[in-house]
Amino acid sequence: MADLKCTDLCMTFANQQTGAKVEALKDINFTLKKGELLSVLGPSGCGKTTLLNMVAGFITPTSGQIAVGDRVIDGPGADRGMVFQQGALFEWLTVAKNVDFGLRMQGVSEAESRDQVEKWLATVGLQGFADTPTYQLSGGMQQRVALARCLVNDPDVILMDEPLGALDALTREKMQSLVLELWKKTGKTIIIITHSVEEALLLGERLFVMAPRPGRIHKEYQLPFAEWGLKRSLRDIKLEPEFSTVREEILTMIWNMEEEIMGGA
Amino acid sequence: MLDWLSDNRALVAAVIILCLVGSFFASIFYGLKQTRLREKDQVFGDPERTVGGWFWAVCGVSTLLLVWFYFSWGSARAFFPQAANELCQVAKLHEAVSPVTSSLAIESRYSKSKTLLVRNSRQLDELQARLPANVFSPADAARVTQVMQNTQQLISMMATPDFVDQKTIADIQAIKAGYAAITNELANPKPGWTASADALAQPSWGITEPEIPLLPISAKGAMYNALASDAAALSKDYLKIRNLAPAAKALIAETKTMITALKKSPSMDDGDAQIVKERADYMKAVDRIFKRIDDGKIFPAVVMAEMQVAVQTMLDQAERAKGSLGFVEMLFFPAGDIVKSRTQCTEQGPGRWLPKPTDVVAKFFALANPDVENGGGYKGTTLLWWKWLPISDVVSFLIPDATIDLLPGDYGRLNDAGRFEPNYKDWMLALAQGDVYLGAVPMLDGHIWDSLFRVLVAMFFGILLGVPLGIYMGVSRFCKSFFDPMIELYRPVPPLAWAPLILTIFGIQDDGKIFLLFMVAFAIMVISARTGASGAQLSKIRASHSLGASDRQILRYVILPNALPEIMTGIRISIGVCWGTLVAAEMLAGTTGVGFIENVARTVSDYELIWVTILIMGSLGLVFDLMMRWVIGRLIPWRGKG
Ligand SMILES: Nc1ncnc2c1ncn2[C@@H]1O[C@H](COP(=O)(O)OP(=O)(O)O)[C@@H](O)[C@H]1O
Ligand SMILES: [Mg+2]
Repeated sequence: MADLKCTDLCMTFANQQTGAKVEALKDINFTLKKGELLSVLGPSGCGKTTLLNMVAGFITPTSGQIAVGDRVIDGPGADRGMVFQQGALFEWLTVAKNVDFGLRMQGVSEAESRDQVEKWLATVGLQGFADTPTYQLSGGMQQRVALARCLVNDPDVILMDEPLGALDALTREKMQSLVLELWKKTGKTIIIITHSVEEALLLGERLFVMAPRPGRIHKEYQLPFAEWGLKRSLRDIKLEPEFSTVREEILTMIWNMEEEIMGGA
Repeated sequence: MLDWLSDNRALVAAVIILCLVGSFFASIFYGLKQTRLREKDQVFGDPERTVGGWFWAVCGVSTLLLVWFYFSWGSARAFFPQAANELCQVAKLHEAVSPVTSSLAIESRYSKSKTLLVRNSRQLDELQARLPANVFSPADAARVTQVMQNTQQLISMMATPDFVDQKTIADIQAIKAGYAAITNELANPKPGWTASADALAQPSWGITEPEIPLLPISAKGAMYNALASDAAALSKDYLKIRNLAPAAKALIAETKTMITALKKSPSMDDGDAQIVKERADYMKAVDRIFKRIDDGKIFPAVVMAEMQVAVQTMLDQAERAKGSLGFVEMLFFPAGDIVKSRTQCTEQGPGRWLPKPTDVVAKFFALANPDVENGGGYKGTTLLWWKWLPISDVVSFLIPDATIDLLPGDYGRLNDAGRFEPNYKDWMLALAQGDVYLGAVPMLDGHIWDSLFRVLVAMFFGILLGVPLGIYMGVSRFCKSFFDPMIELYRPVPPLAWAPLILTIFGIQDDGKIFLLFMVAFAIMVISARTGASGAQLSKIRASHSLGASDRQILRYVILPNALPEIMTGIRISIGVCWGTLVAAEMLAGTTGVGFIENVARTVSDYELIWVTILIMGSLGLVFDLMMRWVIGRLIPWRGKG
């Protein structure tokens, strides 16, 4: 386990039809220490997903580099787990088979992986669902399976692209607690992307607010709420005046950004 | 039991029809009640409205079967088994008068006299107009013209009432009186017509080959039968009558002499070959017209008009005398007639090409009988049964003879004592040629199995080769672009267009057909596997990369299962298409298979057999599809839920 370091990261897409260049990301620099929890917020189209995909190794940056410790990333790997908005589960497999997928691919025997699977299913609150087909699960449960599937591989970094975006408010709150709990328990480095300001505040030790055109880190915050959230109920935290102040500030910032885009367009 | 059912098919059909009518009305009654109950819960357009409804299925099947029974005259045979026999007797009467009706303006627009007169006069005129001047010598030309004038005069003479001689008039009067007598008999039938013992001993309608019993089995039938023979005698008399008065006879004799003299005359052979030939052709044409006239078959219109009235009256009376039989014919023998021709009465119309349901079932059981020696099966092969398959056959199929040549050593030779002692290589060859008995295993056999076997083998290879290629085409740009043109080029060609080529290359036995079907299955499997593979969600693929799976593992554990629904759909479609193609291919060539049966049945117009094969094909296709649906439901419960 080591730090995650991005240096001078740029990404330019060429539109397939028109050939027009889009600067999805420009000059991104940051270092994420081991065990840090980072949330990324920003208007749609500002390059959040692009950033995450580059860290995961799905796409190669136009320039700049990403390194975990000393190792420069040049492709996807089991050291960086990914959780998608819609679970991306294998619907032809049961919950247990989904969770031990990574272990199976690495040749771990079923007997060995069984304990791991049980442990992680218990951690995410899915005891007794091992043999259920995944298509019979609700959205929240599917995201729990996705988390377990990612954690069982013991990755250095966990990347989450709007993991709770498709859930209803109640489930979402429960899942937010679960994410904090897992962060504490495993001590993993986590990057979580969200378009909800409250969620970004609650689930970020550090918070990047990004701006579009070109995609860049507009402002960075250090926040105490994630630490608080380990001990207190999230709903209480939301009522704190400190929380509201930051929330309003960021909301205004994003509002202005959107205004600027609309005005420019 | 089967024999009893077979001999009493009319009775069986009657019971079945009554049951069908019962279930038809019962299902409508029940269905309407259900509809009224449910209408309140479900608005129009609610998909739930189509759920269930077995009673309407019962209604539909009953309707179909009833329509079949009705139009195949199955209901007529069930409830009016005598009617066909009686209609046959009526048909006999029609057959008996047909020589007369065909010469009068009853069935045709013009009477035969009129046709003869008009046609021959016109041809004579044409011939006279183009008499070649420089071909005949002036003397010959005059004689030829005279012949033609005589012929024309002959025609006029016959068509003039005054020239008809008294004997001819008397003959015609006699025949007219004969018809009047028949008419009278039809109008006031004398009692006492009975069926003969022979007639009653006949097999009933539909049991043996000449389908309708010929001899009359009822009083009404016996009357028609007797009158038909009267009418036949009258027809014979009528055909003998010649309109040859003395004057006409004299003219004919004179003209005949002239023609003979002309033909023999030496002046006819003058000149070059071309002219001689032209002359002879012209003479032949003149002679031909004369010969059409000289048998005295032209009668004056007045004479024929009276005759026509007599025959027409008799036919009308015959129709009227049918009485209730007429209603039965109208109601229960739709869209066709019973026709007597030469030695048998046959059904013409749907009764012929749409066999009765009970006959089709009986035919099916005859085919399904596995006892080939005693009339079961078809052309020496059972429909679906089993046999002992010698293992040596399989071995000889699997080992090509040529591989034995590659073994070390030589084949055995004959020794000096003049004997041949086979060595190991000879034994191996015998094995490869299937000459060594290795025991036998039970194996399915029969036409249906042969067809199934071809489809299954072709499907096996189609899946085995098509799915991997399709998957690779779904994931690799090279594979996709390299193979796409080939497959897309041959796939749209209808399989039957390939058939002649394939059958020439691979032979008309199983190989050719299997290869043809393989081509069909292969293309469909490639395309469906490719669609399935390229349809994998990007996030699933990315997730598996992040979970540390290798490319090969992703192919096996993610892309393949993800494509499974498409592959299964592909299998379902290609089984259906293969089945359709196979039957057509078997029609082209071969000696077994369901399509082969239909092909033979077609050439001998065995409509029952045709329908049996159609029903077999339909039901097997249905069974395939139901099986595939069941398998798909079992194998891919996540279908449409990913
Ligand atoms: N594969 C691609 N090809 C071309 N343009 C892309 C591609 N992926 C993303 N973009 C563009 O890059 C910008 C950032 O996209 P993205 O990272 O998906 O934004 P976010 O996730 O913040 O909504 C957008 O303008 C988008 O249109
Ligand atoms: Mg995004």
